[in-house]
Amino acid sequence: MCGIVGLLVKNPELRDRLGALMVPMLVGMTERGPDSAGLAVYTTPVPDRHHKLSLYSGENTVDWPLLLERIAASFAHAHEMATHGNHAVLTSAADPDELVAWLAHHVPAIAVLSVGQSIDLYKDVGAPAAIAERYGFKALRGSHLVGHTRMATESAVTPAHAHPFTAGRDFCLVHNGSLSNPHLVRKKLEPLGIEFETDNDTEAACRFFEWRLREGDDLKTAVQRGFSELDGFFTFLMGTDRELLIVRDAFACKPAVIAETDDYVAIASEFRSLAHLPNIARASLFEPKPEEIYSWRI
Amino acid sequence: MANLKPVPTAREFDLAHDSLRELNAFLHKQAVDEGVSQIHVRNPDGAHSIAVGLNAEIDVQIHGHVGYYAAGMNKYASVTVHGNAGPGTAENMMSGRVHVKGFASTAAGASAHGGLLIIDGDASLRCGISLKGADIVVGGSVGSFSAFMAQAGRIVICGDAEDALGDSLYEAVIYVRGKVRSLGADARFEPMTDTDRAAVKSLLAQAGRSLDPAEFKRVASAKSLYHWHADADQEY
Repeated sequence: MCGIVGLLVKNPELRDRLGALMVPMLVGMTERGPDSAGLAVYTTPVPDRHHKLSLYSGENTVDWPLLLERIAASFAHAHEMATHGNHAVLTSAADPDELVAWLAHHVPAIAVLSVGQSIDLYKDVGAPAAIAERYGFKALRGSHLVGHTRMATESAVTPAHAHPFTAGRDFCLVHNGSLSNPHLVRKKLEPLGIEFETDNDTEAACRFFEWRLREGDDLKTAVQRGFSELDGFFTFLMGTDRELLIVRDAFACKPAVIAETDDYVAIASEFRSLAHLPNIARASLFEPKPEEIYSWRI
Repeated sequence: MANLKPVPTAREFDLAHDSLRELNAFLHKQAVDEGVSQIHVRNPDGAHSIAVGLNAEIDVQIHGHVGYYAAGMNKYASVTVHGNAGPGTAENMMSGRVHVKGFASTAAGASAHGGLLIIDGDASLRCGISLKGADIVVGGSVGSFSAFMAQAGRIVICGDAEDALGDSLYEAVIYVRGKVRSLGADARFEPMTDTDRAAVKSLLAQAGRSLDPAEFKRVASAKSLYHWHADADQEY
């Protein structure tokens, strides 16, 4: 079992309150996912040729200012870093692939959680409320977000196994359910040079969709293709810098409910995570139908 | 005698403040002991297991949306949800009446033995799965695999049905008014008899609906799965 939450604000005035509106949604899904939680938030994009990297050091202590100096010494570009305990968002004009390779070589204790121009990603083990507090989720701003609370059923409880999973740039996915053929998907993708970080089933789906996006599919086409390639139970919630998308498998075993108003669209596994939202009594409420793709753009 | 206050016959719980356990404990015992016949529940906000396991002729009015298993295992009570219901509403109901004014999520009325479940809106997948004798009236449409392996009871669907309606049915009967995307294995359309029309008329009346029973089609089991066929193709 797991909990998913998603929120996209249509009214730009709500962007400053994105985190505050979301925290009760995430905490509301604690019973469905008490062991880990995570969140991808899409902010105003950084300028052209700049990228953001969400970095996570887990239990390792990292001297972030020193790290920034070392990066500056190796890359002759502008860099900035915002830190939050064991988490940092590095904004840089350097080539992101080179930065990721440099970090893997010089500071292997750091995990790169996401790369993109809009996405910031946080995930960790522990109760959702504790994680929200740890990383100051309440203060997050942005246009949309994708969140998850995890109750592990098929692989270990570690920060790397927590959701959201990311691949490529500005793409993330969370999953409630379980896939039965992740190893086949993986066998298909690995010969194409696609590398995996964990043995988690959701990562296979994430890398499959991102591969299709790179091959030129739009997100809906990629998901459509996924119906024949991915076997198992799923409610997938995905984010790109412009889009929020939800889809359930043909059996719709895993719940989801959507609330839409003129100001926002909010998605959660259960209504109890939506009950606190403004004007919820006047929202249009519905459950996504099986194998029907629902998406919203900012 | 003059200073004796009349016993209140209604009571209100607000789940924004009162605990669910307090509410259910009251519904299970004190309601009867104290002679309270109607209970209003405010701010259910999607909580699970509201009004489960009731065992008395009380009337519960829930003002808002409920989560999993609302009114599950109900016996004798009448439970009205003025909102939508989560998965497993009225599952395993034995008797009484459960009325959802909005839509119901998956597996509404699963395995219910008796009583009447009314859903004014749509019901999601697997409505009436393994039904064992209850009646269900759905004002809207039902999702795929509804009435899967239903053993006894009746389901009236005023709208459409998605895939595999009545798959592996036993003795339960389905009356459907709209389009059926596909029937499940061993389910078949059968002619409506006067008894069927009377049953639909009565169930619609109990659900407060005034449709013409003649618009409904009967779906029941062809009974070809009742016995093992040694000669059947056993390849899967």
